[in-house]
Amino acid sequence: MTTDEGIKLTRKDFVSDQEVRWCPGCGDYSILAQTQKLMPELDIPRENIVFISGIGCNSRLPYYMNTFGFHSIHGRAPTIATGLKASRPDLHVWVITGDGDGLSIGGNHLFHIMRRNVDVTVVLFNNRIYGLTKGQYSPTSELGKVTKTSPVGSIDYPVSPCSFALGVGATFVARSLDIDTHHLITTLERAAHHKGTSFVEVLQNCNVYNDGAYREFADKAVRPDRMIEVDHGKPLIFGKEKDKGIRLKGTVAEVVDLSKGASDADVHIHDEKIEEPITASILSRMDYPDLPVAIGVMRAVDHATYDDLMEQQIQDAQSKDGTPDLAALLNEGDTWVVN
Amino acid sequence: MAEREHDVRELDRVTIRFAGDSGDGSQLAGQQFTNTAAVFGNDISTVPDYPAEIRAPAGSLPGVSSFQVSFSSHQIYTPGDSPDVLVAMNPAALKTNLPDLPKGSLIVINADEFTEANFRKAAYAADPREDGTLDNYRVIEVPITTMNQRALKDSGLPQRQIDRSKNMFALGVMFWLYERPLEPTISWINGKFARNPQVAEANIATLKAGYYFGETAELFPGHFRVPKADLPPGKYRNVTGNEATAMGFLAASQLAKKQLFYASYPITPASDILGELARYKNFGVKTMQAEDELAAIGAAIGAAFGGSLGLTGTSGPGLALKSEAIGLAVMTELPVVIANIQRSGPSTGMPSKTEQADLLQAMFGRNGESPVAIVAPATPADCFQMAIEAFRIATKFMVPTIFLSDGHLGMGSEPWQIPDIDDLPSLEIVPPSNAIGQFDPYRRDESTLARAWAVPGTPGLEHRIGGLEKWDVTGDVSYDSENHDKMTRLRAEKVERIAEDIPDVEVVGETSGELLVLGWGSTYGAILTAVLRAQSDGLPISHAHLRYLNPFPKNLGDVISQFDRVLIPEMNLGQLRMLIRARYLVDADGLNRVTGRPLKIAEVTERIQSLVHRKVSVA
Repeated sequence: MTTDEGIKLTRKDFVSDQEVRWCPGCGDYSILAQTQKLMPELDIPRENIVFISGIGCNSRLPYYMNTFGFHSIHGRAPTIATGLKASRPDLHVWVITGDGDGLSIGGNHLFHIMRRNVDVTVVLFNNRIYGLTKGQYSPTSELGKVTKTSPVGSIDYPVSPCSFALGVGATFVARSLDIDTHHLITTLERAAHHKGTSFVEVLQNCNVYNDGAYREFADKAVRPDRMIEVDHGKPLIFGKEKDKGIRLKGTVAEVVDLSKGASDADVHIHDEKIEEPITASILSRMDYPDLPVAIGVMRAVDHATYDDLMEQQIQDAQSKDGTPDLAALLNEGDTWVVN
Repeated sequence: MAEREHDVRELDRVTIRFAGDSGDGSQLAGQQFTNTAAVFGNDISTVPDYPAEIRAPAGSLPGVSSFQVSFSSHQIYTPGDSPDVLVAMNPAALKTNLPDLPKGSLIVINADEFTEANFRKAAYAADPREDGTLDNYRVIEVPITTMNQRALKDSGLPQRQIDRSKNMFALGVMFWLYERPLEPTISWINGKFARNPQVAEANIATLKAGYYFGETAELFPGHFRVPKADLPPGKYRNVTGNEATAMGFLAASQLAKKQLFYASYPITPASDILGELARYKNFGVKTMQAEDELAAIGAAIGAAFGGSLGLTGTSGPGLALKSEAIGLAVMTELPVVIANIQRSGPSTGMPSKTEQADLLQAMFGRNGESPVAIVAPATPADCFQMAIEAFRIATKFMVPTIFLSDGHLGMGSEPWQIPDIDDLPSLEIVPPSNAIGQFDPYRRDESTLARAWAVPGTPGLEHRIGGLEKWDVTGDVSYDSENHDKMTRLRAEKVERIAEDIPDVEVVGETSGELLVLGWGSTYGAILTAVLRAQSDGLPISHAHLRYLNPFPKNLGDVISQFDRVLIPEMNLGQLRMLIRARYLVDADGLNRVTGRPLKIAEVTERIQSLVHRKVSVA
């Protein structure tokens, strides 16, 4: 990306003058850094980029981006983004949300922005806890989670953000990990280029209220054996020795051991383009310890976007009805003259 | 049309109410009568009354729907306190509407529907035609159902379809009775059923059959004529308040040269506005049926942030749901407009009935000190102008603005003198120039205190806004205590300064006297009519009507101070009265009715009489 003067923009050009106020060690820093790093690569003028957020630690992100930004109210970022993108399809719009903001108070709006396929990129920071309000369980907290508001354990079953997105018809669904910066920026880049709603869940550590939420499978030492990167057209193989695969038996995923006689033919080949979201949903629900946790692009299909369809209707009406004439409209129907 | 000689009596004003099952087409018959009277040159005013249920059980009391039209040879301001004529399509329609009928009124009933079964459904113990119930009325029985069937027996249409046309037969009878031409309705039918000429022909045939029946049946002693009204010269059309509202918002976008973006969730009685605006796509108007009320205002705010005219519409319960987001628009100082077509509350209340009880919600129904501008149309036609005003104020002052209409205005109709486009106010919006160096999103215009409307896509104006308190000028997040006090006062002062930019409130009558009757919203017609009558009796009474509720016009305090007493009639328990008392320390009296129906002239007259201890002769 270059400016009018032909100077290539860099990450620094997307860093605002605001001091970042997340707790030291928070996973949000990584997501911010990769987002800022990605911006110059998108080749979009800075003034055409808008970050919209709701409420929560994650939702401070727009303040730190030197673009247009709107830190709105709890759960409503998708609504503001929809109004903005539908009225201004020329803009490149991002929604920054979290597990509480997007799946609890704003669950309905997250549902509908994806159902409509509004052309925005949604990044959901999933730390499985309410951080800003100091540590209450969230819709993605595991059953039995002990917090200040659930002293003997939560009794709410958790939701899988990616399954939810797939269930409501999101055309692009991916998951990434805060500490895997290469995977994160690659995933965000693909999301940014997708036409339609792209939904990215980022597994993000809250080192103050839910430290180690993903440690069991995401720590570098164990990650190869407990997580799997899904990649379009490639077999689902994982493990330090690349010796394990995922086989689909009907709607059940299971691990096969390639070192013990299972053949490559047993391993499922990932296809992000298939229209039915069931296979992607199976992948999105794989969970440690029974199965490796999947990251990567689970679904990427092309559907017409809400903003394009809306614009198309306007253009169709204009070519059919001709130049708008306010006076003619006001004088429509039965009229009469009093002299 | 060859006519036999009949007695013709000239009347000054007639009010007809068409009533029947909600599936009987009474609304349609009423609207067609209205249109014909309007095109003929009468002044007209209408009020529909329908149940919230789309089709309650046929023949039942809750299923009754009605449409009242008043037409006159002089200017009128209300659809009439009570009808002179009731067209009752069944016993339930008779029963629910009879209490509104003055003794001596004319009742035209569909005799075919007066059966034992229907008496039971209407909870009549006996035939009301025979037990004395109707003794004080002039009743004309017409076998509307069978006459309609007879007229259409060769139409080839199925029975159900034939029976659905009986409203046209009844309308034909009324057209004869009040000497109206059939042509406007015939041309409407031909347009409506252009793709189904068989149905069009049937409707026209039965409309004519009704007309000829009136002429030949000798049931009526004669017919009536209501001459043309002496309206101000100009070109007119009949509009409902919601139609005028939609056209007003469209006009605002054309005047401002800005795209109109309307997001709304369906709710009675505001849904028509979404339907109307969705038709204006060739004007570039974008409409969105949102998933809920919160999303609707969120989308409108998003559109406003993007530089469009962001608009949402709703009714009371929806306004409650939007309150948090309106607070966001207050904090971010974005020019979003919220149209609230009030209905009876609290909670779901009576969705299809009118009320004015959201004024305090509009004023104060948000957390924190969060002032907004409020405008309120006075008549259906006035909705056009006030919709433009809402956006003029919102964009000039960068403030969320509530357009406070109500069900009576939205669904009621009156003739509208179509304005000349060139006479409409200017809504010129000057975009901020590209900043050199630092852009300060909360730097204010010295006179209006508005911040700049800096929209995405403008290089150099990149900035962040949000619901957190802002530092003065820079717009950075601030928790500073003195800054918060200052910003709170700035937001309030900005709304107060709108008073410099709106017209003074006008006084109808002398500018001083014994009593000022002060109103707002849809009570305009009833108050004005009652005050004009009192004035013609020489009483020292005047009327003022507020179309700007926040801030108040700046002369309002002076106007009030010139009267011994102030009476504030409202369809609530005294909300404007509370504001007026608080603001001007005046011991205002109230007339407060929350019946779900428009305020009546007689109610205002009665209250005026009790306050001035003198009688007003009824015109």
